Amino acid sequence: MSMMIDIAALDDIPRQGARVVKTDAGCVAVFRTADDQVFAIDDRCPHKGGPLSEGIVHGTSVTCPLHAWVFDLSTGIAQGADEGAVQTYPARTEGGRVFLDASFLRRRSAA
Amino acid sequence: MMRLVVIGAGMASGRMLEQLFNAGFAGEVALFNGEPRGNYNRLMLSPVLSGEKTYAEIVTHDDAWYAAHGVRCRFGEHVTKIDRERKVVVSKGGETPYDALVIATGSAPFIIPVAGKELPGVCTYRDLEDTNAMIAASRPGAKAVVIGGGLLGLEAAAGMAARGAEVTVIHLMGHLMERQLDPSAGYLLQKDLERRGIRIHCKGATKAILGTTHVEAVLLEDGTVYPADLVCMAVGIRPEVRLATDAHLEIGRGVVVDDRMRTSDPAIHALGECVEHDKQLFGLVAPLYDQAKVLAATLMGVEAAFRPVQTATKLKVTGVDLFSAGDFADAPGREDIVFRDPGRGVYKRLVLEGEKLIGAVMYGDTADGAWFFDKIKSGEEVSAIRDTLIFGPAFQGGAQADPLAAVAALPPEAEICGCNGVCKSKIVTAVQGGAVTLDAVRLQTKASASCGTCTGLVEKVMALTLGDSFTANANPPMCKCTDHTHEDVRRLIKAQGLKSIPAVMQDLGWTTVGGCASCRPALNYYLLSDWPLDYVDDRQSRFVNERNHANIQKDGTYSVVPRMWGGVTTSAELRAIADAADRYAVPMIKVTGGQRIDLLGVKKADLPAIWADFNAAGMVSGHAYAKGLRTVKTCVGSEFCRFGTQDSTGLGIRLEKLLWGSWTPAKVKLGVSGCPRNCAEATCKDIGVVCVDSGYQISVAGAAGMDVKETELLCSVPTEDEVAEVIAAFVQLYRENARYLHRIYKWVAKVGLDWCKDQIADPATRRALRDRFMQSQAVYQTDPWAELGMRPADWAPVADLTMRAAE
Repeated sequence: MSMMIDIAALDDIPRQGARVVKTDAGCVAVFRTADDQVFAIDDRCPHKGGPLSEGIVHGTSVTCPLHAWVFDLSTGIAQGADEGAVQTYPARTEGGRVFLDASFLRRRSAA
Repeated sequence: MMRLVVIGAGMASGRMLEQLFNAGFAGEVALFNGEPRGNYNRLMLSPVLSGEKTYAEIVTHDDAWYAAHGVRCRFGEHVTKIDRERKVVVSKGGETPYDALVIATGSAPFIIPVAGKELPGVCTYRDLEDTNAMIAASRPGAKAVVIGGGLLGLEAAAGMAARGAEVTVIHLMGHLMERQLDPSAGYLLQKDLERRGIRIHCKGATKAILGTTHVEAVLLEDGTVYPADLVCMAVGIRPEVRLATDAHLEIGRGVVVDDRMRTSDPAIHALGECVEHDKQLFGLVAPLYDQAKVLAATLMGVEAAFRPVQTATKLKVTGVDLFSAGDFADAPGREDIVFRDPGRGVYKRLVLEGEKLIGAVMYGDTADGAWFFDKIKSGEEVSAIRDTLIFGPAFQGGAQADPLAAVAALPPEAEICGCNGVCKSKIVTAVQGGAVTLDAVRLQTKASASCGTCTGLVEKVMALTLGDSFTANANPPMCKCTDHTHEDVRRLIKAQGLKSIPAVMQDLGWTTVGGCASCRPALNYYLLSDWPLDYVDDRQSRFVNERNHANIQKDGTYSVVPRMWGGVTTSAELRAIADAADRYAVPMIKVTGGQRIDLLGVKKADLPAIWADFNAAGMVSGHAYAKGLRTVKTCVGSEFCRFGTQDSTGLGIRLEKLLWGSWTPAKVKLGVSGCPRNCAEATCKDIGVVCVDSGYQISVAGAAGMDVKETELLCSVPTEDEVAEVIAAFVQLYRENARYLHRIYKWVAKVGLDWCKDQIADPATRRALRDRFMQSQAVYQTDPWAELGMRPADWAPVADLTMRAAE
């Protein structure tokens, strides 16, 4: 059963930017695009562990700040010649607040 | 699922595994290696020995690669027995069953059976342990003896000599590298090596290695004694076949394999230096890679056959140019064409048999090697061009040398891009698959996408593949989001009065939503530089370092560098830095090349607090992360130095206070030296000032990074005030005209120094530039932390769920 947790106000996250949510199994990056869509993915590039939350957000993609791998925020899949993916988590906005699916926490600690 | 066991993690088996995984192999792999590590590029041990590379740079497969492919690594574990009946291999870890077994035990160095061969200080040249032993023993003044004047022995000798050891090479035959070189080329090589201080003793047979507890000297049959702290035996290798012999496989000189790399037992395969195929052994890497391909196909159940090809030899000793290929022994019916230029130390010899070229030896000038090698491999008739053959492709029918020939001659597995390990065939495949622009090739293969030094080579491969339809794009579009070049975008921003990133993307027809990580920072810079009063800096279009005003490190922490004007500090500032380092548990404090102090390993959440402390102590950001003014390096100048002609320290501080906070296309570093002794190294900076009695020499466009270049004189002026005006104007000229990420030296190379001089020399232009610079500084010369520090919560996680997860 899905249970959504209120994480933050939408305006706590800059447009074309991200903030991190700390969990027991590492950080999750919550992104906000230019048109106010939100996405949540692991804050760790599968290449060399770069903090994806610090990457430049363009469209619905983010470029890792360390070695410029590009990930699709909705699928978590690396674009171009790079092969790999980051875990994505359900996220949505409602009434100016950002919600994450609580079940992801259980999955993360089980992983 | 197939259980594959591989014995030996060398270059051949490493390549075989790569091929296997690329082909979608789904079985289990257990990889045994006697050495306590995985696959590295053994060919590159010589650059490691000479100090030109580090071990880390030659690792081909790291732990992550093995993990990613599910290879169970049994490194440092010798396989002691193969039980063919039960299909298991035995090692100290027990028995490991296999469905298919690959023997890749490589070769073992040949040890000459003389007294003293067991003494400490005697090594071979085979693996990293040997290399490290030689490095340790090669301290300046140490004496080393290398037994064996072949490829390996000479690379060992040159490497140790480069580290300062006194090296003697003892070679049994009449001339060096007799398997690859004829006597004349061997003689030239010997002279070259002797010039480097390496003593060569040919026709020398080793009688004994002398010493009691450690090697002390080498005694030759003719009575000569060479003192030695280290003896390296490099007299040859023999296939390592002990395991295969014990298992009663068919053995010749090596493990006998068929065209599909199968041994006499159909479940057991072999490849690499341990095998014998068609009565031939293999020591060079190209045929081993071919074997790897064939074996991978065999294991995947695909038909493939190994056919040895001709190989060419090059010696990896920096500064020695030799090349040999084919067969150049004297024999009936063979004729030679020889060219000698003793003054230049050039020797070339071609061996013809009938109408064909069958061998080539070149020394001193090997530029045409690939072309001759091509002729040998193709077996084409050369009698028609015999008159001019030795002069190479440049003299054939008046046609010019084909610059592509060398690239054409590269084998498909030749590595083109060292950073990303991309070989020629991968680029060719990408181009044939439709990647016809450099960007597309970079995107698909990553070739030349890291340091970019191989860009020219990648373009040549593209040109070869595409033929006439290839045009090197001298000025490519800004990025894949647009067809406009950087220069066009800059011009159109001003011409059309575009004042925001969305406006640029809309009016100039960007093909993506929101651009990419390459164009956004560039556009942000162009806009803030062109419209300092109208445009608002877009933090989200900045690279992480400029967004967080700190330099991100590989582990996600940051480095913090407060500004130290002109490299001058006070005890109070040092105390504040020391206190901050303690308070935020800074793991490393480092003095930088720009005369300031770097605190490395600061956590992101601590940045506002550490900067609040520095601000309180009167320090501002050093912008050590910025495409902007970095440092002004100074010497002590006339205030203290007995040679100083002007107050270089004071001028440096003045210039740093003038320029700090300005954003520029790429970083800008200055140096101010108080006299032509130039202790501040001003003449390799972006802008350098050298003080002289009559005033100040201002020079620009130096570089001391990937390129090294001396500055060129912009102008000389008599007063400090004029120095300040000229430099502010020049920086503004650069800000307004250069392309994003181009350092000053690259930009000056494009527009020409004379054009820059003209702009600065004209008083009206110069003042207007200076005024525009000051106008921008009025907006941008602010301490970023004064504002950023106001909201420390923005730097911490937005939520902490670690407590809730415990529920």
